[in-house]
Amino acid sequence: MKEHPLWRYGFLLEQLVKRNFNTKYRQSMLGVLWSFLNPLMTMAVQYIVFSTLFRSDISHFPVYLLTGIILFNFFNECVTLGMDSIVLNGPLITKVAVPRLIYPLSRSLSSLINLVISLAPLLGVMLLSGTPLTPALLLVPLAVVLMFLFALGMALILCTMNVFFRDTRFLWSVVSLLWTYATPIFYPISIIPAAWQPLFRLNPMYQFITLLRTIVIGGALPSWGQWGMCALCALLPLGLGLYVFRRNEHKFVFHL
Amino acid sequence: MPSAMIEVSHITMDFRMDKNCTTNLKEYVLNLLTGKRRVEMFHALDDVSFTVDKGSITGLIGHNGAGKSTILKVISGIYRPTKGTTRVQGRIVPMLELGSGFDAELTGRENILLNGAILGYSKAFLLPKVDEIIAYSELQDFIDMPLKTYSSGMLARLAFSIAAVVEPDVLIVDEILSVGDERFQRKSRARMLEMMTNAGTTVLFVSHNLRQLREMCDRVIWLDHGRIRAEGTAQEICDAYEKEAEATV
Repeated sequence: MKEHPLWRYGFLLEQLVKRNFNTKYRQSMLGVLWSFLNPLMTMAVQYIVFSTLFRSDISHFPVYLLTGIILFNFFNECVTLGMDSIVLNGPLITKVAVPRLIYPLSRSLSSLINLVISLAPLLGVMLLSGTPLTPALLLVPLAVVLMFLFALGMALILCTMNVFFRDTRFLWSVVSLLWTYATPIFYPISIIPAAWQPLFRLNPMYQFITLLRTIVIGGALPSWGQWGMCALCALLPLGLGLYVFRRNEHKFVFHL
Repeated sequence: MPSAMIEVSHITMDFRMDKNCTTNLKEYVLNLLTGKRRVEMFHALDDVSFTVDKGSITGLIGHNGAGKSTILKVISGIYRPTKGTTRVQGRIVPMLELGSGFDAELTGRENILLNGAILGYSKAFLLPKVDEIIAYSELQDFIDMPLKTYSSGMLARLAFSIAAVVEPDVLIVDEILSVGDERFQRKSRARMLEMMTNAGTTVLFVSHNLRQLREMCDRVIWLDHGRIRAEGTAQEICDAYEKEAEATV
């Protein structure tokens, strides 16, 4: 039986993820502690800035903020770094033949680990703010996996584009800023005019964040419709990303 | 009949030479609109076929730009050929660019694992060999320092030591490497020759050193402007090549 190339390269995948992790915090005094501190500090800043504005509308505002921050930070990091994964590994791609998918995949997995680490401060804030812990929390991993697949899909699309047009990076910095504000991270969706709300709900990030909030704050089981919508938001971009990547990957070597 | 370990059939490799060299969206759109997209084709390889038998050493010669490195890259899977197919049996180790993927921030030891994984070694194979690699590189005192503190000679020694630890079925060599200082050069050269002459190893070997080719190769292929000009015993091809080189000087 012919083993799948990605299996054979499991060790390489492990090494690349380890490299990303090891180099990230090297020469920083607090090291991996930053993975906890970063979302907490962002939350603190946004809490101070926005609590007077929206506090009355949102229950468990710190948890509401933190869920949004953690998922959006993950998405942003995964896509921004994933987008450069092919270009930055250019010296390798032009010299060694390994499945090229391994570069964006290892990058995304590194961000996923970071996301999982930052769930610990979320738990801490839940306990401190008196948010009840319910059995629904067991569904968090599933929500995280869906979120991951979406981010991976986006990274695949953008890293392919970035090889051919280095403008992608600059365009993305604007798009991601717009995306941040279009996603209800620190505000409730109720402040959006009713006419615009259907459009806001089309935002996959809104779907994933709402899914996580339903589980974490509501302690409720998300509806099948909610799961279906999130699965769609994850699998369509992933499918498109894989298709675009595979169609073009053999040309990468000539553009690096 | 000895079985072919490397089979190259009708390989054609065209490079698009985009004269405008578009890597940005504005130029791309402009060129598309004005129809100014000038693309020239460069035939790096033109219908090249050959086989390398199990256990044999085959040399490749040719002037610069004849397509030697291109064919090595096609065989090792870095380029997808425009036409034709290649087939390689067994574990292939391309000794093309040593130290690919070294990360300057990581220590020597961490880089052994990373670079080994890039070369396609399995964890089960590599982990027990780490000490052997370190000993061979003679870098024991520096192995836990970040690579950015290494001299270029030390980098080359580490890279060579990682690549030289395997017993590959198929070895692809772009010039015999000898790295480091005088003594390490002798040592690495000897190891390279040992790997190449190891019974059972199939070698495809690019070199400009005719003496070396005559000594080592069973067969030599002469590439000229992307085509096979001649193919035969090391002696006859090297003689013909040398004669032409002298005539054109």
